[in-house]
Amino acid sequence: MAKRVVITGMGVVSPNGVGIPAFLNSLQQGTSGIKFMPHYRELNFSCQVAGMPAFEWSILKDYISEVVLHGLKGTNIGYGLVAALDAWADAGLERETVEPRWDTGCIFGNSVADTEAMKNVITRVDNKEVKKLGSRVVEQAMNSSVTSYISGRLGLANKVMTNSAACATGTQAILMGYEYIKHGYAPRMLVGSAEHVDTYVYGAFDSMRVLSRKFNDEPERASRPMSATAGGFVPGSGAGAMILEDLDVALERGAHIYAEILGGATNSGGQRLGGTMTAANSVGVVRCVTEAIERSGVHTNDIDLISGHLTATNADRQEIQNWVQALGRRGDNFPLINSVKSMIGHSLSAAGSIEAVASVLQIVHGFVHPNINFEDPNPAITDLVSLNNIPTEMIKKEVNIVAKANFGFGDVNSCLILSKYTQ
Amino acid sequence: MTRQEILDELKIVISPYTTHKDKLAEMNDDTDLLKDLQINSANLVDIIIDAEAKYDIEIDYDSADKMMNVGTCIDVISEKLNEKA
Repeated sequence: MAKRVVITGMGVVSPNGVGIPAFLNSLQQGTSGIKFMPHYRELNFSCQVAGMPAFEWSILKDYISEVVLHGLKGTNIGYGLVAALDAWADAGLERETVEPRWDTGCIFGNSVADTEAMKNVITRVDNKEVKKLGSRVVEQAMNSSVTSYISGRLGLANKVMTNSAACATGTQAILMGYEYIKHGYAPRMLVGSAEHVDTYVYGAFDSMRVLSRKFNDEPERASRPMSATAGGFVPGSGAGAMILEDLDVALERGAHIYAEILGGATNSGGQRLGGTMTAANSVGVVRCVTEAIERSGVHTNDIDLISGHLTATNADRQEIQNWVQALGRRGDNFPLINSVKSMIGHSLSAAGSIEAVASVLQIVHGFVHPNINFEDPNPAITDLVSLNNIPTEMIKKEVNIVAKANFGFGDVNSCLILSKYTQ
Repeated sequence: MTRQEILDELKIVISPYTTHKDKLAEMNDDTDLLKDLQINSANLVDIIIDAEAKYDIEIDYDSADKMMNVGTCIDVISEKLNEKA
């Protein structure tokens, strides 16, 4: 029989809060984590704002040995380690182990290995200084670096893998961990994703002209999902992590249960029917959401809140249209909908896991966070969804079921259905 | 440079790569880098690179292969310093 899967621990490194209490407070207050980036201006970026977590590198000494910390350069590895080890501690699990933890796996995603680490390699090799690279480069330049550091620190010894599906990475990692437990292959999985704001990555997006560039003087107003002045997304970064467990195992050890994952789906539009490398195929999106709901055993009317992908680009309107179609709900009957990206920007592969943590916090604490900067609604969106359902202030209310979806380059989709836990 | 001077400096070079600070404090010619100081074998490369930078010497692969305990490390470093002098 399929197992029920619950969330028993969470950790987050977000532009508007490092650690769950700070992040929760920022979500409730509608606090922006977007700041002006002098370095982007120096580099002649059109977009000169970004969401960079207030991450003190020195805190890592409380997470890893000084020998491991010495020579650690990968920012995404630092973010991932803190989110993952915080989630582990939050779940009430011991950090140290002598034996491999055969009962726990890790699925953690990222989009690129640290490009600062790669730059070091390229520069030294080109300068004929290959002998000076040392032993720590490979482990930080691997695409599986973040997963390897986390699983090594905790001795995780069940399925350990790194997923990568652009903006859908985070929700997909959680979904894959869920499926693995559901089918009985492992009782516990550490899941999540990490991303570092990096000029080499975001320079390429800047060149595509998909980044916000009209609010460089007002960083906190730059990320404007669903608004008429939404002029591109704001670079973000960070990491989100969750501990998923077989419900029976969680109950047996008396774990605190945050919420339950009812189901989900991930697919691709195949870059057909209007889908391209950079645009979602609406048929694929609708199918992904529909399958997620069907597999979760809920009705479309049961969805209280949509945590949208909603990046603040032209794609927002099409996304809303897709939700309307998938749920068969519109106008006043549409669920509440919000975008964490209004506060923290778009953290690419980390977006899904950070936003999923936000979704769970809204279920646990009974609130819907505001969409900040939603001052000038895009009329094409308000034609479909009542303004009342796109809150600009925090709403205190019971939230039972959230649909959390992300849609990424390569025409890939992922949707999770998260629920309040009830016996 | 005397062997004692090199040993004292070597302690500083090796320090970031071992958590066994007590063994490091009392290290002598016989101290084995892997067994006694529990240094990850991959990190031996980093110690060699750090030593090269510190003494402005070049340690070739054959010499590096000998650097398994503190005594042989000092031997190689002394030899390279003498070649330079």
